[in-house]
Amino acid sequence: MALLDKYAPLAAQYRQLEEAGANPFNVPFDDVLSPTEAIIAGRQTLLLGTNNYLGLTYDPLVIEAANAASTAAGTGTTGSRIANGSYGSHKRLEEALADFYGRKHGMVFSTGYQANLGIISALAGKGDHLLLDADSHASIYDGARLGYAQVTRFRHNSPDDLANRLRRLADEPGDKVIIVEGIYSMLGDTAPLREFAAVKREYGAYLVVDEAHSLGVLGATGRGLAEQAGIEADADFIVGTFSKSLAGVGGFAVTDMEGADILRVVSRPYMFTASLPPANIAATLAALQQLRARPELRADLNANAARLYRGLAQLGFTLGPEPSPVVSAIMPSPEAAFGFWAALLKAGLYTNVSLPPATPKGLALLRSSVSAAHSPAQIDHAINLFADVGKGLGLLPETPALAAAK
Amino acid sequence: MSDQANEIREIIFETLRAALPQSRPLSDSTHIIEDLGLDSVAVMDFVMEIEDKLDISVPLDKIAEVETLGDLIATVQRLKQAA
Repeated sequence: MALLDKYAPLAAQYRQLEEAGANPFNVPFDDVLSPTEAIIAGRQTLLLGTNNYLGLTYDPLVIEAANAASTAAGTGTTGSRIANGSYGSHKRLEEALADFYGRKHGMVFSTGYQANLGIISALAGKGDHLLLDADSHASIYDGARLGYAQVTRFRHNSPDDLANRLRRLADEPGDKVIIVEGIYSMLGDTAPLREFAAVKREYGAYLVVDEAHSLGVLGATGRGLAEQAGIEADADFIVGTFSKSLAGVGGFAVTDMEGADILRVVSRPYMFTASLPPANIAATLAALQQLRARPELRADLNANAARLYRGLAQLGFTLGPEPSPVVSAIMPSPEAAFGFWAALLKAGLYTNVSLPPATPKGLALLRSSVSAAHSPAQIDHAINLFADVGKGLGLLPETPALAAAK
Repeated sequence: MSDQANEIREIIFETLRAALPQSRPLSDSTHIIEDLGLDSVAVMDFVMEIEDKLDISVPLDKIAEVETLGDLIATVQRLKQAA
C-alpha cells in the first residue's frame, strides 16, 4: 500500500478533471492584465472570481509603495518577528489598522488563514469553550483544532441556536468565545450580528468577528459588518485579511482588550513563521489608505454586486440569500457546476467552483466575486455569458433539467 | 444493554434514517464515514440533531474520535449521564 493510496477516490476525480482539460482547482493564468482581465489558455478572459473587491492590485500608489519598500528594505525579512525582529513598517501597519478600527491594539499575521489560527487557538485555552458558526471557514475550524478548548458548533446564522448551546454549557467552567464571520465566503450571506451580540452579552461570552470578506465592503467607513450593524463595542476581536480588499497577502487582528500584546508570545501561528516582506507591508498600508480615502470604491463594488445579483436572479438562477460581492449560483450537481464553469471559461469568463464539504448543506456552487474595478459593461457581459451557457446546457429554469432538479 | 443505551440508539438510528439520501442497514458496527458515505460536515450536521434531541453538547474533538455508530452511542450516553 503506497502512502497516498488513501486519497485514491479523490485522486481519480481530480485526474478526470485534468484529463477533461477543465480543472477549476488548477487554473494557470498565462498573464494577468488588470484587476479584471487575464490571459487564460491563450484567451483574453474576464475575471469574475478573484476576491479583488476594491480592485487595488494595480493601483499605481500601491505598486509604487511596494517597489519603494523593496528597494529600501530588501525583499524579505528572513525570519519571524519574535526570533528575528520587527521592521518599523510592521509596527506602522499595526498602528494604521488599530487607528482605522479605533482600537488600542493591532497585530499582523503572515496570512489571513494564520490570523484565524493564531487568534482562535490563543484566545480559548484548555477548559474554555469555542462556539463556531456551522458554516465557518476552514481557517476557523483549523484554529479551533489547533487550540485546546472544547468546540461546539451552532446552526448557521442562528442566534437562538447559539443561545441554546450556551445555555447547555452554562454550568461548565471556562470562558466562552463565539466566532462568526461578517460575510460568508460561499453564499455571500451576512451574519445577524446585532442578535448575536445580544446573546453574547446575555451569557457573558466573548465575540470574535472575522471580516475577511466584509472589510472594505460594508460599514459607513468600510470597517465591515460590525460597523454596519453598530455592534463594534461587542466585538472583542476583529480579524481579517489583506488578500481581498487590501490587494496583498496577510492577516490581522484588532482589539481594545488590555494586555493583548501577550498574544505575540503565546500564538504559535504568529511566532513560528516568517513575517511579511517589506513590499507586502508597504502595499497593504497604501491600500488601506486608498480604502479610507476613496469610499467611492465601496459604492462601485456594491453597485456591481447588486447588478450581477439582479441579473442572474432575473435569468432564473438560484442564488445566495442577499446581494453581496460574492454571488453564488446553486447548481443541481457537482457535474453541472464543472460543466457550467468550463463552458464559461471557454467563453472567456473566469469564475469558481465550490463543492462540499467546503460548502454548506452539500451544495455545488458556481461562485463569482465582483470588483469595484469591473465596469457595468463587464458585469452585463458576464450576465450575458451566464445566459448563453445556461441555455446551451439546459440549466436555466425554463428548461426541464433544473426545473426537475428543484 | 441498558434502557438508556437502547433509547439513544433508537434516536440516533431514526435521525440517521431521516438524514441519509437512501436507506442503508444500520448497526453498532456501521462505520459512519466509510459505510454511510457522509462527509465531515454531514457528520457534524447529523450530530447537531442528536445534541438537540437529547439536550446535550457533543464537543467536536469527541466527534473526531467516533468511528462507528456504537462509538457514537457510547459517547452520547457518557455525555448524557454527565449532563
